[in-house]
Amino acid sequence: MAKKRKKMKIRAWADNGAATVKAIVFHQMETGLRKDKATGKKIPAHYIEELTCEHNGKTVLTCLWGPGVSKNPFLSFRLKNAKKGDTLKLSWVDNQGEKDVAEAQIK
Amino acid sequence: MNQTRRTFLQATMAAGTIAVATSAGLLSPRTVLAAWPKSAFNATTVEDAMKAIAGSTKAADSKEISVEAPDIAENGAVVSVTVKSKAANTEQISVLVPENANPLCSSYITTSAVDGFVTGRIKMRKTSDVIALVKADGKLLTAKKPVKVTLGGCGG
Repeated sequence: MAKKRKKMKIRAWADNGAATVKAIVFHQMETGLRKDKATGKKIPAHYIEELTCEHNGKTVLTCLWGPGVSKNPFLSFRLKNAKKGDTLKLSWVDNQGEKDVAEAQIK
Repeated sequence: MNQTRRTFLQATMAAGTIAVATSAGLLSPRTVLAAWPKSAFNATTVEDAMKAIAGSTKAADSKEISVEAPDIAENGAVVSVTVKSKAANTEQISVLVPENANPLCSSYITTSAVDGFVTGRIKMRKTSDVIALVKADGKLLTAKKPVKVTLGGCGG
């Protein structure tokens, strides 16, 4: 489990004083309901529980995710009062305690 | 049931307090994590999930909320859903799928810094409604959209 790549992609564009943010987190998001076809054993649940978006250090959006969120979850939202060069920080943590943080600048 | 509700109420209250505390910069985001509403995500019925995530099942259908999802999803493992809320003071947007083992898919706690609009991708076990539950100004508003899931990928 530990050798998985941890990655996040964040893109954000500013327009008219606001910004559109799009992000993809690469994560397998196992529900815990699926069975391994080879062994017949259940694959343990492994999913992101919480993802926090910070804009210039201030939390703007908290995503509470459950196993019902698709693999490699995608997220998009509109940020008010944002401008080019602002920093955006996304951090997540999953039910097995793994976590990752990524930063991006608004273009 | 009572037990679940109690745990949940504690969880929500804790979440509320922590959110306030976080915005005031008193706590690090790491602390917020403890508030992940386990009971809401483990709930097996829409009612329980609603109660757990929003504290009530009394939600009014609203034209201010819109759910954008494909009419036919060829692959239930990835269904793109957009929820838009025009309601003032949107605090929380949750996405529920009644036919899933655990109806609550995701819940977004928004702040005044973002528009009432979120896009995400969810899993759907089979053809079902996608319910958006929005908490705005202390009220609960909903909207739904049926999505047909065809696993065969023939678009039928």
